[in-house]
Amino acid sequence: MNEDEFRVSEYDCNTDLYPLSRREFLQSISSGIIIFFAVGEASTAKGQSRGKKRPDFNAYLRIGEDGRVACFTGKVELGQGAMTSLAQTLADELDVPLESVDMVMGDTALCPYDAGTWGSQTTPRFGPVLRAAGAEARAVLVGLAAVRLKVPKDRLDVKDGVVFDKTQKRRKVTYAQLAKGKRIERRLEQKPQVKAVSELNIIGKPHNRIDALEHVTGKARFTGDIRVAGMVYAKVLRPPAHGAKLKSLDTSAVDKIEGAQVVRDGDLIAVLHKNPDVAEKALTKIKAEYDVPEARFDDKSVFDYFVDNAGDGKVTQKGGNLESGQKLAKEVVEETYLNGYVSHATIETHSALAQFEGNNLTVWASTQTPFRLPQQIAGELGIPAENIRVIAPFVGGGFGGKIYNGQAVQAAKLAKIAKRPVQLVWTRADEFFYDAFRPAAVVKIKSGFTNSGKIVLWDYSIYGMGSRGAQLFYDVPHHRTTVSRKLRNGDGMHLFATGAWRAPDNSTNSFARESHIDIMAVKAKMDPLEFRLNNVTDERMRRVLKAGADRFGWTPAKKAPSGRGFGIACGSDINVPVVLFAEVKVDERTGKVQVKRVVCAQDLGLVINPEGVSLQVEGGVTMGLGYALTEEVHFKGGRILDLSFGTYKLPRFSWAPQVETVLIKADDSDAKGCGEPPIICVGGVIANAVYDATGARLFQIPMTPERVRQALASRAQHEVLTT
Amino acid sequence: MNETISFKLNDKPVSLTTDGERKLLWVLRSDLGLTGTKYGCGKALCGACTVMVNNRAVRSCIVPVRSIKGKNVLTIEGLAKNGKLHPIQEAFVKHDALQCGFCTPGMILNAYSLLLRNPQPTRREIIEGMEYNLCRCGAHIRIIRAIESAAQEMKGAR
Repeated sequence: MNEDEFRVSEYDCNTDLYPLSRREFLQSISSGIIIFFAVGEASTAKGQSRGKKRPDFNAYLRIGEDGRVACFTGKVELGQGAMTSLAQTLADELDVPLESVDMVMGDTALCPYDAGTWGSQTTPRFGPVLRAAGAEARAVLVGLAAVRLKVPKDRLDVKDGVVFDKTQKRRKVTYAQLAKGKRIERRLEQKPQVKAVSELNIIGKPHNRIDALEHVTGKARFTGDIRVAGMVYAKVLRPPAHGAKLKSLDTSAVDKIEGAQVVRDGDLIAVLHKNPDVAEKALTKIKAEYDVPEARFDDKSVFDYFVDNAGDGKVTQKGGNLESGQKLAKEVVEETYLNGYVSHATIETHSALAQFEGNNLTVWASTQTPFRLPQQIAGELGIPAENIRVIAPFVGGGFGGKIYNGQAVQAAKLAKIAKRPVQLVWTRADEFFYDAFRPAAVVKIKSGFTNSGKIVLWDYSIYGMGSRGAQLFYDVPHHRTTVSRKLRNGDGMHLFATGAWRAPDNSTNSFARESHIDIMAVKAKMDPLEFRLNNVTDERMRRVLKAGADRFGWTPAKKAPSGRGFGIACGSDINVPVVLFAEVKVDERTGKVQVKRVVCAQDLGLVINPEGVSLQVEGGVTMGLGYALTEEVHFKGGRILDLSFGTYKLPRFSWAPQVETVLIKADDSDAKGCGEPPIICVGGVIANAVYDATGARLFQIPMTPERVRQALASRAQHEVLTT
Repeated sequence: MNETISFKLNDKPVSLTTDGERKLLWVLRSDLGLTGTKYGCGKALCGACTVMVNNRAVRSCIVPVRSIKGKNVLTIEGLAKNGKLHPIQEAFVKHDALQCGFCTPGMILNAYSLLLRNPQPTRREIIEGMEYNLCRCGAHIRIIRAIESAAQEMKGAR
């Protein structure tokens, strides 16, 4: 073996698969060690590649002459901490200090393809790929060091980027020295194993956010902070309602404003100006008339509308037969649960900057899907997708709302027409109007249980949304889940865009299911924790239930409601069992609910960054208070009535409960994502705690003070002894 | 109508000619290139645009630039001195008091204004002082902790 072998490029993938800029970038790197890692080589990477036809590199790292490690990933930092946890993942396998890793994220010219930053997939899907890439890179470097030091590979070890002879520690060479003056591209045929859990040094240790310094100094660049020469700012004309048709348009008053330019492309009407505030002011001078379709329903009648007009549902899950279940049941319980539309309401509104240079277009965008955007723009503008580069800088919150890229397509259209770079930052009102809301939905449940408190019947019907989170983890012999998402005439149910909102469907399904479970527990005269354990055999779920109860200090009450204001709700999302315990206080005069304490227990498998997990749990629980207590979009037909934070109420400081994170130790099982699971049970746990505090059962979220007061007024005046 | 407006920005004198009705937020972000101050709502409802004028937190999205003539404006870019972070910035880093970071500059400056007026606030006073700054990611718990910790750190050294 000699060093020359390593100079020969063993890299045999077809670079034609890359957009031009990426190929140029690869060629422009004159030195350093570049490790390619084809995604098809890792079975764990399923769902992250473009499929077999387009083998792509899902991790790409470069060790520079200065010893710094650049990690290129198509994932985006939205606040979820992926930048930190991915850097930890790579640093550990590569045996370099975390501080030496530079993350390059969400740039379609520099980073390997990625389907999108969503669904809590970064840790479970991309993480293992990156670990394998790190292990492979380390093996390459150790091989190079063996040649350099003339020591067999198995006598070498690595610490902090220094390869050394285990028998004679002074014989050593750094990664930086190995990279010096060479351009080495490597892949390995024989894939090394990733580290055993016991060998991990950085994975599993709490680490603060590596990007915090940029944020606290104001240096972090979000899309709206990018400036390029000659750019102008755009404001778009928003119709009064979804479904409205433009009747007449008079933009003559805008012409009187110096420097303002009106641009129109079909329904897209915008004003451009070198100052964004002047553009916004000029926009108000436009006179536009619209035909607005008659409102078929509003935020109050939406639920009846869905149920009354739904077409036949699809059965998504079933077992046993419902008649047998009904016969076995001692008592049958039927209830209906309602949940309104909610907005993503990220503090950063959708933003984009589009700049043409010749035939090439660069778009900076606040997006969770940078690799989807070139295709979208190509389709709309008739330019080849490979001429489009998308860069997602720091994104100011996503939660599923920034996967659609409407603002970026608008900016690209405007830049093409104006022949100037155009930055478009949606106003807050635009943001509320164009947002793809979490859908309003109705859940009807008919269930039954036996004398021994075993659930034997579960007939579960969903109207208006999907079944994520409706999969049964309770052991029920006779069950059926039906989903209706279309009207009888085949049309969709919603009047405006709906989409993914942090664990889509699951918060609504978990609210309905867990409320219903508690109602049955009371009727069965059982403690709600005991009732759940009596109906769950899944070991992971049982463990989180018990661990959460231990931390919370749950004890069975002598009666229900107990007056303590304690609630419990459990659920499952993306293969993570999660349970919340909560303590609430209800002001019976005002109907205001204050959540005092929440314990969240989860089984996340191998935890990459426990600090990051705590942040996600606190964030998920706090955000969840909004959909549980105040957040719902008011509308009349296609008219969105909530267009500001004045009427759409987000959680505030005074709401913040004490939040405790409990993790089941399960290092030997795969790492799982936790951006979504902690939020799914917030509605359910508060509804159950409100019942326990007051005896009032809420069947609709958000549990606004008005609804709480109504429920208090109509509560049953009796207590159930549970002894 | 255009007029000349002079004020101190992060300890340095600046002067510009513009329509005095324009809001400070946009003058900072587009005319003066200081993008650390964020647009969140444009109606003083979220606090992302918070800056300090004469040591008091204001919502720059509703402040006409004319009204700051001759005054001292501090933005997030001017808070660290000589490369040294302010104790509130330090505390935000130490306690991971942010997620997406978009509301962070406004949070920090609002907290600074609060601590200047009340150097040893109770937890309740911190919550009341921060109540009208919005964070969507749910970093509230950490932000409260960071401000408590910064108040300790700043004791006696305002």
